[in-house]
Amino acid sequence: MVNRQEKVLSGCAISGILNRKGKKFSGREIIDSIALMHDRSNGMGGGFAAYGIYPERKDEYAIHLFYDDLEAKNKVEKFLNCHFDISVGEVVPTREISSIEDSPLIWRYFSKPEEQKLSASGLEEDEYVAQCVMNINSDYQGAFVVSSGKNMGVFKGVGYPEEIGEFYKLEEYEAYLWTAHGRFPTNTPGWWGGAHPFTLLDWSIVHNGEISSYGANKRYLEMFGYKCSMMTDTEAITYLFDLMLRKHDLPLEVAVKAVAAPLWSEIERMEVEEQQLVKSIRQVYSSALLNGPFSIILGHQNGFIALNDRIKLRPLVVAEDEERIYVASEESAIREICADPDKVWSPRGGEAVIGLLEGRSEIE
Amino acid sequence: MAKIDAQGVYYRELNEQVKELVAAGEKEIILDNVNGQRYIGDGLAKEVKIEINGTPGNDLAAFTDGVELVVNGNGQDGIANTMNAGKLVIHGNAGDILGYSMRGGKVYIKGDVGYRVGIHMKGYQQQQPTIIVGGTAGDFFGEYMAGGRLILLGLKSGPAEAVIGNHVGVGMHGGEIYIRGTVEDYQVGLEVQVSEATAGELEELREYLADYCQEFDLDLEEVMAAKFSKLAPVSSRPYGNMYAY
Repeated sequence: MVNRQEKVLSGCAISGILNRKGKKFSGREIIDSIALMHDRSNGMGGGFAAYGIYPERKDEYAIHLFYDDLEAKNKVEKFLNCHFDISVGEVVPTREISSIEDSPLIWRYFSKPEEQKLSASGLEEDEYVAQCVMNINSDYQGAFVVSSGKNMGVFKGVGYPEEIGEFYKLEEYEAYLWTAHGRFPTNTPGWWGGAHPFTLLDWSIVHNGEISSYGANKRYLEMFGYKCSMMTDTEAITYLFDLMLRKHDLPLEVAVKAVAAPLWSEIERMEVEEQQLVKSIRQVYSSALLNGPFSIILGHQNGFIALNDRIKLRPLVVAEDEERIYVASEESAIREICADPDKVWSPRGGEAVIGLLEGRSEIE
Repeated sequence: MAKIDAQGVYYRELNEQVKELVAAGEKEIILDNVNGQRYIGDGLAKEVKIEINGTPGNDLAAFTDGVELVVNGNGQDGIANTMNAGKLVIHGNAGDILGYSMRGGKVYIKGDVGYRVGIHMKGYQQQQPTIIVGGTAGDFFGEYMAGGRLILLGLKSGPAEAVIGNHVGVGMHGGEIYIRGTVEDYQVGLEVQVSEATAGELEELREYLADYCQEFDLDLEEVMAAKFSKLAPVSSRPYGNMYAY
């Protein structure tokens, strides 16, 4: 992929806004919020996830793709045409920003699984799409699926997040849920595909921190057919939630307790019933435990989850007003767009903050 | 008195302006519309009062040495890192790692604080830093504490467990922690001994709290009308044996 850069020293910034009533608003506010934390990133990556942006095609998978060159595009389009019925394939609109260079070819395809292929595969629709995404990312050099959910899209690249937002003209999109990331890569290269959010289907993750357990998580995920090909730890978080929430249909609380498991010393003090549950989770999903410092926002069409590691090694602030819930790495990034929220607080380590659209009881 | 409107001003420029005013002999500076600007008051070693209206960014008052800072709002993370002298008053909450390696001066927080407050605070003879928190604190309060005092009041909280998190004073080997109310054994580190504050210690506490209560307009008697737990290190060298052979 173009513009893979050498490792540089570096923090990260995350921000998210959900309108619980499902009212949509432009990308301007999330750009302003993440821009306030400019100095947490270093220009090596920025990105946004937006939910609710394609209402006229909300039943189709919006597959966003990066291509290094036309050759990669031709090959992938051949694959897509074979596996999907594509109603629209178009260039994702961008504007010229002087600091944004070497952008790949950026396309999106509104599509449904090709019916015969789908039924022959014997897979559920989502699983079929997920496997196609995995195939493209691992088998097609110079191509990278940026997002593959319905009525949502991810817009990311190498640059400061506010520049990336301008580049993609995000002020022209309207979403009820926005998340954003400013990157300061520490362990892995800064490249277009390596910017956050990382996605699969409707899931998107923005992440500040690092996953020390990446190797164990990756090997566990591979057993279920996930291929970690992005050269970064963050994608593993996306797949873990996809595995537990979509494939295994676990309640959200269980998935959260798996990735940010209570310490054994805390489990010892729990009531017997809760103790048994948490012990079982730790045993069955021990390889889903995320070790290391993190604060993340997991986006989904029904809302989001914000979560810290168990001992809170990364910052996370939450605020609420009448219709919206905000999360960010810094309180000032929330106040930049909501000067006087009704409530501001910092969740404890391992305590999930769940923001849901009204009328939804679960994330998945 | 000088005023600066910090609305949209980049932190470098803002802190330059403050330094120029201080160098010119200004004794009182008010910063309005602060939002997210980092490093305010850092390294300043002059007698000056800086009042901040808004939400100052990370690393407020780091290495500060004799400045009086007042924040009308909430603070973020990394406040008073290695602060040497002076006073910082926050009329709101503060984030994680407040008072990291702090070595002198006073920090008063009206509301709650985050994780790892007072981590590796230190003291030497008369140079003893003090942090007083009116609300609650997260885990690792006073981690690796080596000197100075941490006082946690939990004034608005219900049950004692909610006042403070776990792993209190882990690795503590100097200084003292006072918590208004009780703490459970499981909440504190192995290096810490918990006892009820004695009459003599309460007298000392009263001295520290008098100024705090005045600052936030609180009733000192009401604050004192509770049991206080004192946390002190069991040993000044808890890990000495680990390296002895």
